[in-house]
Amino acid sequence: MGSGGFSSGSSSMASLMENGDHVPHVLAVDDNIIDRKLIEKLLQKSSCKVTTAENGPRALEFLGLGDHDRLNSLEGNISKVNLIITDYCMPGMTGYDLLKKIKESSVMKEVPVVIMSSENVPTRINKCLEEGAQMFMLKPLKQSDIKRLRCHLVNSRG
Amino acid sequence: MEVGQMQRQWVDYTKSLFMEKRYLDSQFLQLLQLQDESNPDFVVEVVSLFFDDTEKLLNDLTAALEQQCVDFKRVDAHVHQLKGSSSSIGAERVKNGCVAFRNLCEEQNTDACLRCLQQVKQEYYLVKNKLENLFRLEQQIVAAGGSIPMMELGF
Repeated sequence: MGSGGFSSGSSSMASLMENGDHVPHVLAVDDNIIDRKLIEKLLQKSSCKVTTAENGPRALEFLGLGDHDRLNSLEGNISKVNLIITDYCMPGMTGYDLLKKIKESSVMKEVPVVIMSSENVPTRINKCLEEGAQMFMLKPLKQSDIKRLRCHLVNSRG
Repeated sequence: MEVGQMQRQWVDYTKSLFMEKRYLDSQFLQLLQLQDESNPDFVVEVVSLFFDDTEKLLNDLTAALEQQCVDFKRVDAHVHQLKGSSSSIGAERVKNGCVAFRNLCEEQNTDACLRCLQQVKQEYYLVKNKLENLFRLEQQIVAAGGSIPMMELGF
């Protein structure tokens, strides 16, 4: 699915939702099985291809940033996902920890990351946005949230 | 009973779950709206996952609270999970029970937690029963050649 070469931050966000023949690939991370099923369905309904992961380490492995991935192959990863959406409260590696790891990666840092949480804690939200999260969404997620997500991603710049 | 009657019964039953007793909230409607021809069993699948997950959590909670030295962090973690999943499927009363439960965990009051656990269990079994009734009605409608009357919910 990956086109030759890779796009810069802003155009990859715009192309996420605008390019007709490109199905956006979203990685959804949540330790709760019901929430994983819900987010998967919400995204699929919005014509996205979805991969789910039940925790941060698995998500990193999928992105090629796991502990065992010494060599980060550039081609493999950048075309893999267009968006990462992760729960904040997860045992072990939190969504915030995961966000930091992604932003530290020279390869994956351009991929927009959205944080979800069932708790509306302003300090938590600010912390995530400051670390580079694109958006913060309150659970439980609804179809209108996914629509808002698409609008926000198309309109935002790098 | 003919299909039209069963469909009306389904609508009335669903509405009653929302209106009078608040067993379910609008999040359940989200689930109904996500169901379509490509995935006609979506709601049953998600709810079944919820039943399995909840039963396990309730068992874990019982075990954790019966320990000599209760690990309230662990108890709270389980309740947090249950709060999340009940919220995601729209089981409002279970979710509210969990909110109260978390407050009690903070107070580290074992007896109060045990009582709260009983209440949450009751709410869970109630909503489980309601949902199973609903699914049975749906099966009857579908078996009789009808479809689920989504539009008539009018929320």
